[in-house]
Parts: sequence; C-alpha cells; structure tokens
Amino acid sequence: MEKKDNTARRGAGRFLIILCLLLLLLVIALAVNLAVGSVRMSPAEILGLLKDGRNASTESLIVFNIRMPRMLLAAILGGALSVSGFLLQSFFRNPIAGPFVLGISSGAKMIVGITMIFLAGRIAMSPWTMILAAFIGSLMITAIVLLFSQKVKNMAMLLVVGIMVGYICSAVTDMAVTFASEQDIVNLKYWSMGTFSGKGWDSVLTAAAVCFPAAIAAWLLSKPMGAYALGEGYAKSMGVAVKPFRTALILLSSLLSACVTALAGPISFVGIAVPHITRRLLRSSRPILVIPTVFLCGAVFCVFCDLIARTVFSPTELNIGTVTSVFGAPVVIWMMISKRRSQEV
Amino acid sequence: MDNYFETHGLSVGYGGSALIHDIDLALGKGKILTLIGPNGSGKTTILKTLSRQIAAIRGAASVDGAQLFTMPQKELAKKQAVVLTERIRPELYTAREIVAFGRYPYTNMIGRLTPEDESIVSDALASVNAEALADKEFSTLSDGQKQRVVLARAFAQMPELLILDEPTAYLDIRHKTELLSILRRLALEKDVTIIMSLHEIDLAAKVSDLLLCVKGETIAAFGTPEEVLKALPIESLYDMNSGSYDPLFGSVELERPQGKPEVFVVAGGGCGISVFRALQRERTPFAAGILFENDVDARVAKSLASASVIAPAFEPISEELYEKAKELMLSCKAVADAGTPVRALNEANGRLLALAREKGLLKDE
Repeated sequence: MEKKDNTARRGAGRFLIILCLLLLLLVIALAVNLAVGSVRMSPAEILGLLKDGRNASTESLIVFNIRMPRMLLAAILGGALSVSGFLLQSFFRNPIAGPFVLGISSGAKMIVGITMIFLAGRIAMSPWTMILAAFIGSLMITAIVLLFSQKVKNMAMLLVVGIMVGYICSAVTDMAVTFASEQDIVNLKYWSMGTFSGKGWDSVLTAAAVCFPAAIAAWLLSKPMGAYALGEGYAKSMGVAVKPFRTALILLSSLLSACVTALAGPISFVGIAVPHITRRLLRSSRPILVIPTVFLCGAVFCVFCDLIARTVFSPTELNIGTVTSVFGAPVVIWMMISKRRSQEV
Repeated sequence: MDNYFETHGLSVGYGGSALIHDIDLALGKGKILTLIGPNGSGKTTILKTLSRQIAAIRGAASVDGAQLFTMPQKELAKKQAVVLTERIRPELYTAREIVAFGRYPYTNMIGRLTPEDESIVSDALASVNAEALADKEFSTLSDGQKQRVVLARAFAQMPELLILDEPTAYLDIRHKTELLSILRRLALEKDVTIIMSLHEIDLAAKVSDLLLCVKGETIAAFGTPEEVLKALPIESLYDMNSGSYDPLFGSVELERPQGKPEVFVVAGGGCGISVFRALQRERTPFAAGILFENDVDARVAKSLASASVIAPAFEPISEELYEKAKELMLSCKAVADAGTPVRALNEANGRLLALAREKGLLKDE
C-alpha cells in the first residue's frame, strides 16, 4: 500500500535500469566506433593508445583526431536532436512533431547555405557562425509554422505545411547553389548531405558548449512541461506562465536543432523516432525522466547509425541521414498507424 | 452574510467587445452557484473570465476580499482550480500522475512531491472513488472515469474556489448524479465555493444554492433555484417552442398534441401519466378528468392535455364539475379508463365510466 501512495517513485526504478542500460550501450558503441573502420585495431591496441595518450603514430592520429571527435560529436548531436524533437512534441502536444518534418531543419540549412555561399569570403566560417546562421533559420521557419498552427488545428495538416515549407527552403537553397562558386558548392554539398565526418575537436567543444547547457535548461523546464501536457488552460490555472514558457521551449528546441544542423547538416527522423522509443521504454511521458533518457538514447542511436554509415560500404561512406531514415522512418510510420487506430491524429 | 465571492459590473466577451455586461454576483463560502442558459449564451465566456483564461472587458471580481483579476497567477492557483470542457489527452500518464499535477502550485522547482503531497493526491483520488484507477493509464479510461480523475486533479490543488465548465457533459445519468453528489459533499465538508455551468436544469436546481440564468446581453435571473425558476420559466429562458418543463419535478414533457380533444381519459393518482404520454406519442389530442388539483396526473395533464377538468383537493367532486366533465367526455370520440380506483371522493369518475360504457365509448373492453 505504501508503495502505491507514491507518484514520484513510480517508474523511477525502471528509469534507472534503462538509464544504466543505455549508458552501457553507449560505452559499447563508442568502443566499437574507436576500433572499427578502414584501419582496424584490436581492443588491446586501443587500450594501449588510450593509456599512453597522444603520440605521433598514424594509429594515435586516427583514434584521437578522427574517430574520437567524430563519435563524441555524433553522441552529443544525437542527444541534442532528440531533446529538440521532444521539446517540439511537448510544444505541439503531439508526438509526430519534429525539427525535420516541420521544415525547421531545412530552414536552418537554407540560411547556413546562403551564409556559406554569399558571406564565406567576408566573415570567418567558424562553428559559431554556422550555429548562429542555423539558429536564425530555425527561428524563421518555426515562426512560420507557428503562424500556420494557429490556423490549422489538425496536426496532419500542420505536417503537410511543414513539409511544404521544407521544400520551399530546399528550393531556395538550390537556387543559391546555382550562383555559388565551385569551391563553395563542394563544401555545401558535403555538408548538406549530413555527416559527422571531418570534424575536429573544436566542433566537439562547440557542440558541448551549446548542447549541454541547453539540454540542462530544458530539463529544468520539466515541471511546466508536464503541466502543459494537460493543455494551455489547465497549465495556466496551475500557475504556469504560459507565454514565457512557450517562448523558452521554442528557443531551446531551435537552438538544439540549429546546433545539429550547423555542425552535421540535416539529419532526419531522429527527433521523432528517438523520443517515441524512449517514452515506450520508460512507459512514461514525464519530462523529468524523459529528457535525460532521450538524450542518452539519441546519443546511442546516432553513434550506432554513424558506425553503420561509415562501415557498411567502407571505404565509401553513407550520409548519416540515409541511415537514420532507414531506422527512423519505419518508427514514425508505426506511430502514425497506431495513432490512427486510437483516432487521435 | 459576508460574501466570499463577488463581481461588480463585470462585462465579459472576446476581443474587447462585451458579450454579456453588468454581471453582479455575490456568493457565500461553501455555496454552489450554477450557470444555466441555452447553448452559446455565454456561460463558458463567464467561467473563462472568472478563471482568467480570458481577460474581463470591464468590472471587477473579488475572492475572499482580494481582487481576482490582478492577483498573481501563482497565488490564484492556490485559491482556484478549474475543470474545463476541453478534453485532455496526455499519453503515458497514469491517473495518479494526472491528479498529482494538482500539486503544481505547491511543489518545488522540479516538482518533487512531499509525503504530504502524496497523501493529498491519495485523498483526492479517494474522494472521487477512483483509487482503483490510480495506476491505470489515463488515456485508456472511459469518459466517466476520466472526468472523475480530472475532478480529483482539481481537488488536489486544494482550491477554495472551484470553477467547472459543464462537468457533466459526456457522462451518463449515474455518473452525473455521482459527480454532483461529490461536489455537494465538497462544498459542505470542505467549505469549497463552487461555480459551474450545467445543461441539466433539473439537476442544477437540485444541487445548487444559487442559479444564474444567462440569456441575451445581461443576466436574466439570479437567485435561489426556487426564485429563479418562478421568475423566469425555463420555457422562456430556452425559447422552447414545443414541449414544457415542470420545475417542481424537473421533468420534461414533449409538445402537446394540437386540436379538439378526441379521447377523454378518466384518470387520477398517477395512473393517467402513461396513458397521456402514449396519446402524445400518437399525436392524439385528448382531455383528462376529473383530476384533483394536487394529483401528479393533473400536473402532467396541464402540459399535455388539450383540456382537463380539475377539482379542488381533499373534498368530494362537486356535481357542477361532474356535469362539466360529462359534457367534455361526450364531445370526444372515445373514452379511456386509466385504471384509477374509484373511491368515495372521486365517485363521480365512476359515474363517468358507467355512462361511457353505456354509450359504447369506452375503449379496451
């Protein structure tokens, strides 16, 4: 009886078990990532390298300067993208909202693309510039989607709007590419396909500096986020300052997805599929539990996807978006079908 | 009596234009006020204004002496809880978690529930008889169960003032009466002041201390159910063109069959009601008699019969009335016997039946 009288503790045991399992999976994924690639290394070799620290050998270079930053970037950005998706879903109170399907990633891509083409010569293209450009693009498209969301209450319609807006952004990006110089196009094309490769420690540190504080800030919004799930009216009646809360939610979500788009290009379906899987695993939607778990789950998902992207057809690499779509899209289809059944789309 | 809740010259509406103006209310602590009125009359607008979902156009409202419209939202959340018409559909939340949201204004920054909060949540669940639902997922519950859980959430907020917008919508009769009993108990035992809107006038009159009729641009009537229903017949509040409403029993009768009476029903003591209603369904105009004025048959006949012969209660039927009834009966094509026993005071009805039998007018014999 005593146990039944506790709301907070419900799901906490399950939460800890899943958190530990995901951590274990992440460690395994990272370890495999370090060892596997066009240059294979045995666990003993890796351990030796890790113990000795950096040296001038090719192996050391591969591990410390290529594989390690890449996998850490995949982990951080995967987590960030998943949290961003979860925040959007909380905002729209609908599990099929996400930065990619609502066109927000495409908007970020458009502004980053335009920046890369037209401003490349004039300003330094640091990761920070890219993030800022992507953030502006994300906010622009979010504003447009929000305008539409006041007109169309139906979520399926909103998705259609988002997808169309995404196409428009892609069209604008393509148009900009037509006027770009050869060199810019190569960079842009490489980036716009979406990949974690070719990034160094500066990108990892930038990603960490943006994503960790943003994710923690999101976690601190858990309490109003939960109440907001009951609808605006109820949230307000319980004392949630609805407007500032909604603004914070949108800013954090845009910042997280902008960071991902800026550093790795558009990555599809992670923002919907991972939060969905996480909620099912936890059997709970309580943000206070979901946010940390969704970050970890997204990290595991993207590290594994990146592993597949660079090893399956090695030495040719797949886009990260290709792999995440293959795994993510079926999850989204499954969600839509099970939603239809409960007549709630 | 000191009023716990008051409004002064309140105007409500959307987008700056007033839909209803000059609302002046006064309500004591622990009382139930129910808003009644036709669809679209603005009941929800008033409730939304009082719960600060929308801004008041003009005027003021006070709760326990404090200004309602300028109170900080967080402070208000500890005084006032709401049950809205919008249906909530959170996924993967248990009923207990939904109820625990009610503790929102009292918990810390991450929403940690203290043992005291937990016991309040348990009490709230118990007060709506939903302990068994606690660990069920909210989205899998039936409408009635959901509504009870939503109500428990409001209770867990420990409000002094509870605002409910059509809490009985979607509920069947059993759940309706259950819910209203719970509210009545809350008002009585916890001294919670309740303002709600209901569609069921009969239930509204029974559960409420005060009724407020909303119609047109101002308040049509405000007072105790007895005063209000006397001052403003339900038929006119709702612009009912067909049918009628009996405020004493809270029962509704459909439209009276029009025309010259074709059947005369000899009734009394409640036996006639089913005959009257059967004739109404066939749209046969009828007359009824001889009924004592305090008889339930007389009340229903007033709504359904084209003509009726009513006698003063507690005395034998006069010869004069017998003659009147006889004349009315003989003008009809048929006579029906509702089966009312003929005794000393209503022996005139026995004579009517004998005459009808003699003339071959009596049906079903």
